[in-house]
Amino acid sequence: MNLLIKGADLIGTGRQDVLVRDGVVSEIGMLASGLLGSETVDQTIEADGLIALPGLVDLHTHLREPGREDAETIASGSAAAAVGGFTAILAMANTTPVTDTAEAAERVLDLGRLAALVDVQPVGAITKGLAGEELAELALMAHSRARVRVFSDDGRCVQDARVMRRALEYVRAFGGVVSQHAQDSQLADRHACCHEGELSGRLGLPGWPGIAEEVIVARDVMLARHTGSRIHIAHVSTAGSVEVIRWAKAQGIAVTAEVTPHHLMLTTDLLAGYDPTFKVNPPLRPAEDVQVLRAALADGTIDAVATDHAPHARHDKEHTFINAAFGVLGLETAFSVVSDVMVGSGLLDWAGVARVMSVAPAGIAGLSGHGRPIAVGEPANLTLVDPSATVTVDREASLSLSRNNPWHGRRLTGVVHATVLRGLPTVLKGELV
Amino acid sequence: MKRSLLSMNDLDRQDILTILDTAGSMHDVQHREVKKLPTLRGRTVVNLFFEDSTRTRSSFEIAGKWLSADVINISGKGSSTSKGESLRDTVRTVAAMGVDGFVIRHSASGAAQQVSQWVDAVVINAGDGLHEHPTQALLDAYTMRQRLGDLEGLHVAIVGDLTHSRVLRSNLICLKTLGARVTVVAPPTLMPAGIQTWSQTEGFDTSYDLDAVLPGADAVMMLRVQRERMSGGFFPTEREYTVGYGLTRERLRLLQKHTVICHPGPMNRGLEIAADAADAAQSLVLDQVSAGVAIRMSVLYHLFAGEGSLS
Repeated sequence: MNLLIKGADLIGTGRQDVLVRDGVVSEIGMLASGLLGSETVDQTIEADGLIALPGLVDLHTHLREPGREDAETIASGSAAAAVGGFTAILAMANTTPVTDTAEAAERVLDLGRLAALVDVQPVGAITKGLAGEELAELALMAHSRARVRVFSDDGRCVQDARVMRRALEYVRAFGGVVSQHAQDSQLADRHACCHEGELSGRLGLPGWPGIAEEVIVARDVMLARHTGSRIHIAHVSTAGSVEVIRWAKAQGIAVTAEVTPHHLMLTTDLLAGYDPTFKVNPPLRPAEDVQVLRAALADGTIDAVATDHAPHARHDKEHTFINAAFGVLGLETAFSVVSDVMVGSGLLDWAGVARVMSVAPAGIAGLSGHGRPIAVGEPANLTLVDPSATVTVDREASLSLSRNNPWHGRRLTGVVHATVLRGLPTVLKGELV
Repeated sequence: MKRSLLSMNDLDRQDILTILDTAGSMHDVQHREVKKLPTLRGRTVVNLFFEDSTRTRSSFEIAGKWLSADVINISGKGSSTSKGESLRDTVRTVAAMGVDGFVIRHSASGAAQQVSQWVDAVVINAGDGLHEHPTQALLDAYTMRQRLGDLEGLHVAIVGDLTHSRVLRSNLICLKTLGARVTVVAPPTLMPAGIQTWSQTEGFDTSYDLDAVLPGADAVMMLRVQRERMSGGFFPTEREYTVGYGLTRERLRLLQKHTVICHPGPMNRGLEIAADAADAAQSLVLDQVSAGVAIRMSVLYHLFAGEGSLS
């Protein structure tokens, strides 16, 4: 199978034609120049005006299978991911049952392969049943067919410093990384749902103060320094966490961090109407934090964008604010949000987008076939985006099984046009192939 | 006047004064031998209480009955929500029976506002979590106004567990709209998040020093302090709380002669308010309860019978 991508701007460095043979980039040049071979082309993508990026990689999705297939399945989540420009996604472990064994991880891997739209890489739980008490079978997951490298109890924070220390030490044997959902449960308990500040005071909603995240980030970077292990901070949401991470990186501590599209754009004031659509964990923060997060993503203090795609059945969101489920959809809109917020403002160029949405997350997750340069001999995992097209988000148009979409009705600039997984288009003209 | 009463922000100054004046007429009805008015005949009002309440629920029930409305009480514990039905389904189910309005009490902040988006009926907030309790603020204003006259320029001190008080939030809005000056008093741990910027925006004062505030107050509103708060580390002991923030017999001497004492109830005698203060001649506690029915009659009248004249 030969695929020709004609005239795309390769990561903003200039227009080229790209010939893909059997899933691998085989030639790059201009057809007109005669540099490209004249062999038969099975399929051509006209890419005038499009930017080619390495296929996007999401470190943080919730696919709900097994357990809540009414909210999302591995197949429906894969479809949403492909339309969002992703070629690889990491599926969080907080399913029912939890991904805390090799068998559970292999099952997620296999269901992802069956859907065959993106590479679905399971994340393993750090502790059995996400209980925060005993380590899960980390090495068996690492040595399984699923080759698990990222471990997280996401949705819950590992509160016990001793357990966290042991996990960090243990995963060194197989080059693993521990991803922490940073939330001190004493400072922000399970009811905490609104950024603690004037609005939470006025609305009478339980506050989720930034400090509840920051004390765990600070503790964990010190544990990572002590153990010499890799720590990854999931969904960083406050300026204080950014300060700690910046300091830790300056010390040479092996810390990486991600930020979600919603924390890059949406702010606390959206909660004023008690609409549970905007209920996420950690909560939306004030504009000052959002500005700091954007700058930190631009300067590399925050390494990656990760969606924290969290589908929920409608009836799990139609409760009072305090009782509704946490989470928003993110896979289909992530690129458009990053394009709108980061490229539109000049904070990132296209190489920067490639870095935060593909190269860095692939590196953190240890996915060797993703996040690669667009060069001869590299696997053809590619995303073609239209930088000037706009989209008005319509939650009903989603391929996710859920509708908890905080972007509904918003107009965003920058749209995914096509996605190519190992040389095979999964998405063309914005539609699933 | 807006169609529903979800927050004190739904009422402007004129709305509040209209409700207080009508409550005055209703208060007269309350002392007649035959108390029934035909105003809301044929209207059905559902008291939907998902949280325990004695005085608010019964005063709404009496108010509705004296206005000849059909009043139905549904309490959360026996209702479908305890069987796992969502709040949305519960209210839409009841609304589908053709009721005209809901009086709703719920432990979750924002519940009344959400319900108003799910049904077409009139919705009255009878207390939503830590957010608001508008009819309480109205009856507080009514009671203080009866004793002190126009509240414009008067100084009201609100003292106690501010963080966990929906009465505080509604009163801040109501008293400001009526032109009163407000100082809120509590230990730092019982002040709501962001109160410093909030107080600047809304123009009220905050203090940790009750003794400094009392001599300048025309009204002192004591808020209930739940004993369970101690386990949350909000204050160390009852004794220390009372010494710092209780309206004790000793502190009564700091009050001016005309200063009135309010408490929304239920009171923790000996904790936030001494018996001598609760039962003092200056205490309006029972007047507040009595005004509760009149205020709720007035609110039901204005929201259901519209702007027409009182028959």
